[in-house]
Amino acid sequence: MNKKYGIYSKILIVVLMVTSLLAGCKSGGTKATREAVTVSVPKDNIAVVEDIKQAEKIFNALPSPLESAMLIKSAGARFDASLLNPVGNGNSYVTNKSMALNLGIYTCDLSFASLYEQTQLIIDYMNAAKKMADGLGILKAVEQSQIDKLEENINNSEVIMEIVSETFMNSNSYLSDNGQPAIAAMVLVGGWFEGLYISTQLVDMKDFNGNKLVGRIIDQKLSIDILLNLLEGSKGNPAVDDLIVQVKKLKLIFDKISITTSKVRPEYDKTSNVTVLKSEVKTDMTPAVFKELSTTVSEIRKTFVNN
Amino acid sequence: MRILRLIPIVALLLVAATYNVDGQCKAFAKKVCIPELGAYTHDGNYHAAVLVEGEEAELYKTFYSDMEYRVSVCGDDKLPDVEFRVLDANKNVLYSNKDANYAKTWDFKLSSSQQLKLVVKVNSFNKPGETPASGCVAIMFGFKIKK
Repeated sequence: MNKKYGIYSKILIVVLMVTSLLAGCKSGGTKATREAVTVSVPKDNIAVVEDIKQAEKIFNALPSPLESAMLIKSAGARFDASLLNPVGNGNSYVTNKSMALNLGIYTCDLSFASLYEQTQLIIDYMNAAKKMADGLGILKAVEQSQIDKLEENINNSEVIMEIVSETFMNSNSYLSDNGQPAIAAMVLVGGWFEGLYISTQLVDMKDFNGNKLVGRIIDQKLSIDILLNLLEGSKGNPAVDDLIVQVKKLKLIFDKISITTSKVRPEYDKTSNVTVLKSEVKTDMTPAVFKELSTTVSEIRKTFVNN
Repeated sequence: MRILRLIPIVALLLVAATYNVDGQCKAFAKKVCIPELGAYTHDGNYHAAVLVEGEEAELYKTFYSDMEYRVSVCGDDKLPDVEFRVLDANKNVLYSNKDANYAKTWDFKLSSSQQLKLVVKVNSFNKPGETPASGCVAIMFGFKIKK
């Protein structure tokens, strides 16, 4: 009896130790992010590095595919279906990397089609996104009930946006909660690149100066370090390491764009209950830099969609 | 004897439970935090984690001048108040929900696009000797096109 009790106690101790180790590894993901962030932050920004070290958990939030598509539409851009990644390409994506990147890409295309009320494309791209999510083993990312709801409300943009938002959250929450931060990051990277690709392709060079869409493209400079920090959190994963090289290439071009912002002044508007963050900004991007940026984005995106 | 046989099963359940804690945050975010976004469209991104009282989290995000935003920061009922501050690139505090009775949401818009930092901190019950409370904390963003 005592001998058996001893064996069971030992089993319990081993299992509990494994539990603690596994739990430690999970939260270690955050620690890994912290260390990776330290590497990527510019040397002159010591205070930021110290700040990051102090925080227990860091979230690097990129604009979601839905937000990227909304930015394109709000800039007054037209819809061009030829810019989307054809749904037929979905059959050729068999690696986790290609499926993750294209889950982001197809979700961005889906968002773009949704905002411009392209009914048939909405269904096609929802199915394409579902295929990628299924391939990645993401349970219940896109459920049949959501596709049915989509078809029933195909002319109701509000409901469609709600479904797109919900399915995207199902995917990224599943990946985050199931210890797959590298795949989660790649999905976001795919979506971000697709938004940038569509934007750069829609710019009319004859209407370059004062173009609202160009302004939104310049704004993406503000997200490039967030993107790198997100990827650095999964450094060591070969697929992520390749992406880091590509993003660093893009960052070199964004570094040629200047953004100068004045001090931000919060002003609360009692009537609307909204705070306005007021500031003045000066930006500068020459047409030559834009062309370089556009070409590089297109080349990188090609490596994502052509597999 | 039967109890002894149950030990490994209980231990395995413990392992499973450890892994499911974060999974529960999705349900929490969906049920508690997203409804707080109201008329704003949830962007689809997911930022949630289990935090212990006294613990801090940071979030970096670019916000665009074309949009109006609502941020919703929610903590599990088991946790004390959750404080959140919004800072600009020069670390100036632009908003703190501590000044608004720990409000869960904040609505804002920008005259020019900015990268902002959100610092979320779970307050402490200050009960020495007791196991610190832990629970899900979610940060969700909603947006709409600026009028």
